Amino acid sequence: MDALLLSLKLALCVSVILLAGGLPLAYWLAYSKWRGKFLLEAIVALPLVLPPTVLGFYVLVAMGPRGPLGKLWQVAFGHGLAFTFVGLVLASVLYSLPFAVQPLIASFESVDRKLLDASAVLGAGRLRTFWRVILPLSSPGVVTAVVLSFAHTMGEFGVVLMVGGDLAGGTRTVSIDIYDHVQSLEYADANRMALVLLAISFAVLSVVYAVNRQVGRQIGRPLWTPWTAK
Amino acid sequence: MDAVDSQVNVAALTASVKLERIRAGSHPFVLEVSLAVPPGITILFGPSGAGKSTVLDCIAGLARPDAGRIAVAEEVLFDSQAGINSLPQTRRVAYVFQTLALFPHMSAEENVAFGLDGVPRAERTARVEEILKTFRVEKLRARKPPEISGGERQRIALARSLVTQPRVLLLDEPLTGLDAELKAAIVDDLRAWNAARRIPILYVTHSRDEVDSVGERVIAMDHGRIVSEGTPLEVLEAPRRKRLAQAAGFENLLSGTIVDLREADGVMRVRLDGGNCEIEVPLGYAAPGDRVRVAIRAGDILLATSQPRGLSARNIIEGRIIAMETRGTLVRARVDCGVEFIVHLTPGAARTLELAAGRRVWLVLKTHSCHLVDE
Repeated sequence: MDALLLSLKLALCVSVILLAGGLPLAYWLAYSKWRGKFLLEAIVALPLVLPPTVLGFYVLVAMGPRGPLGKLWQVAFGHGLAFTFVGLVLASVLYSLPFAVQPLIASFESVDRKLLDASAVLGAGRLRTFWRVILPLSSPGVVTAVVLSFAHTMGEFGVVLMVGGDLAGGTRTVSIDIYDHVQSLEYADANRMALVLLAISFAVLSVVYAVNRQVGRQIGRPLWTPWTAK
Repeated sequence: MDAVDSQVNVAALTASVKLERIRAGSHPFVLEVSLAVPPGITILFGPSGAGKSTVLDCIAGLARPDAGRIAVAEEVLFDSQAGINSLPQTRRVAYVFQTLALFPHMSAEENVAFGLDGVPRAERTARVEEILKTFRVEKLRARKPPEISGGERQRIALARSLVTQPRVLLLDEPLTGLDAELKAAIVDDLRAWNAARRIPILYVTHSRDEVDSVGERVIAMDHGRIVSEGTPLEVLEAPRRKRLAQAAGFENLLSGTIVDLREADGVMRVRLDGGNCEIEVPLGYAAPGDRVRVAIRAGDILLATSQPRGLSARNIIEGRIIAMETRGTLVRARVDCGVEFIVHLTPGAARTLELAAGRRVWLVLKTHSCHLVDE
């Protein structure tokens, strides 16, 4: 059960961080007129196509004792970053970034621009327009983003293995635990954990689809198709 | 400058705007206008694509002109030379879009209160209350826009814009799709609201009916330029260009061939296509056999139930009413004279003359009500 709790804790941290960071990033990607925007869009989408091992490898190198991030962490906190929970959170945030940002962009872009114009001529600055108009009308996208980052983090394996290692109680998440059980031929234990993970994932995706369908009916098209991101 | 003049200038909106937009696969659109809008309602009139909405966007700060200057009274909102371009949220220019853009997730009351951020709560409530009453929508306060009917949505959009006490009001075809009576009622409420405040209101439309019923002054635009300005009568009675003539809502646009010229009388005769009908029109540069188009307003045609005699009007055409249709305070009759004419009259006149489908009638047209339009 330690592994399950760790996975839940990790997924929760990652979802919260991705929501906080994803909102401004998605806002910028949805509304900026900068010509080089496509570069950032490509970077955000990278984790979708890279094998987790590649991402994990670079993150590990950066967090290692000779990597820039690892050195900085060593100076600030007196210990390394690799194979710690914080390191795991950092890597997972990067890995799940597109799952949070893409639904947010899609829902921001589906807000009628005339409403933003109306808000501006009524005296609202950008921040007020965001909180009062864009965000409430994007709530299904926000739900999708949170739920998908949570589910994706729960289910990740490669990045966690590369960056976190396999330290019981510290970085051993459910997916790694299952792998360990199978390696040791403890199929009953593996099966139990796998079932729990399956149930959680199914529940989470059901929520996404239900929200998507309900909003799709309201705006006349699907808000976002989760498959395009997988 | 005397006192009255300076008072008028205090509130007027002046804008001179130049803007060029590259359009894929067609000529670049060039907007170059210079206009002064005094307090009261000024109509900005022209066909779609003339650049009317772009002018409003520039004034509101939603579009940035390449060059020009926009000011309300003494305050400069935009000046390309001085490098001034204030943000839309600081201009105090209210703008009602054709789509109204009411916030769908807020109640009518929340929509109206949106622009009063920073106003103390008690004052905000009082102002929202007052404006909801002025526009007669206080009963709808708790409803959300999708649950509110057309006409009432327009009233809420106006209330939302005006509660902020703007210095200028921009209206982009706000009453499109409403019937004449509803339009008139809303315009009356708007006039009443503005009677005490006298802010400049720029009202964009492509409908001739609205020009007549709403406007005190009219500025006509076409192809990104101002083509005429003045009272509704001055602007609409002298359409020189084909495009404007069509937009000006001539209900009867008839093709025909010139039969002969009578220079001494200052007229020429035109045989209309598809019928045995000839009418006299003012003399123009044309020769017998030339194809022309004749535009006649439905409201310029007189209807008689017996053959009129002793009139100065030269065109008296016999025909039969095909159908009558009442639209608000207007009755629209379709009359078959070999060629079909549309005639507008008042419900009272239609009643008194006992007009109905099938009735034999005579149309009376003054020669100078027949406008020649470029082919």
